[in-house]
Amino acid sequence: MNGADTFTLAGRAFRSRLIIGTGKYASFAETRRAADAAGVEIVTVAVRRVNIVDPGKENLLDHLPLDRFTILPNTAGCYTVADAVRTCRLAREAGVGKLVKLEVIGDEKTLFPDVPATLEAAKILVDEGFDVLPYVTDDPVACKRLEDLGCAAVMPLAAPIGSGLGIRNPYNLRIIVEQSRVPVIVDAGVGTASHAAEALELGCDAVLMNTAIAGARDPIQMAEAMRLGVEAGRKAYLAGRIAPKLYATASSPLEGLIR
Amino acid sequence: MVNDEPRAVPAGATVAELIDSLGLGPRRVAVEVNRTLVPRAEYAATRLADGDAIEIIHFVGGG
Repeated sequence: MNGADTFTLAGRAFRSRLIIGTGKYASFAETRRAADAAGVEIVTVAVRRVNIVDPGKENLLDHLPLDRFTILPNTAGCYTVADAVRTCRLAREAGVGKLVKLEVIGDEKTLFPDVPATLEAAKILVDEGFDVLPYVTDDPVACKRLEDLGCAAVMPLAAPIGSGLGIRNPYNLRIIVEQSRVPVIVDAGVGTASHAAEALELGCDAVLMNTAIAGARDPIQMAEAMRLGVEAGRKAYLAGRIAPKLYATASSPLEGLIR
Repeated sequence: MVNDEPRAVPAGATVAELIDSLGLGPRRVAVEVNRTLVPRAEYAATRLADGDAIEIIHFVGGG
């Protein structure tokens, strides 16, 4: 019998190939139910100022205990190297580990990454001992540079953040999968379960999403659908699909036909 | 100033005391004083001065 099918991120093996964001849910309780329905081991969170006037009774991490979930803080909203690095340092000091999702945004409208700034920030963070998971365009050269800098994974986008457009350039993703020796995690742009399946069918190691689940009419049901989509895509990848052909090949025997 | 909000603390108060007074003791937070990160182990020994700019962050929902 084969061992468990896991992927290894910064020296740790994970069974679930789905990572979800925790933004845009109606409540912390719903966030937790979605994480459970999605079967995830890793969740992303954002780093923000505490509202000191009204700190609130509950905190997100009360619902996502560290013995159950690996917390992946992001640098969402950062447009400069300095802000992204500062955010990562704060996140690490808050005591959830040294894994960070690095995003340095280059454009407000598309939320596409500023790739040169992402490379610069990644270098600083890797040198400081962070396990860096960079959000990046689906550009094989940029992904290679990030891997060479020592990033723990590369996270090319499928489509713009929150767009739900699905995988816009499967050929680039295939090239990135073929060239990478670190995990490839599709991050952003997934809209529905078939998109998640496609990412895994292409050989990506995992997929990260937030809006596709949190924005669905029934987030808990969509979380489960995404879990199944990821599992289906992974199994299809391992099973080795048939080569596509233009013309038909009969499935039933040609011998013994009635005359 | 704490997160750009004025906040009065007793003279000689420490970061640890500020965190407790805000009810953030048990939470996972991180603190900068005048843009310098204060390690958790130094909260009790770090005294605040008039005019210090303090940044306190925590984790919220996000992708």
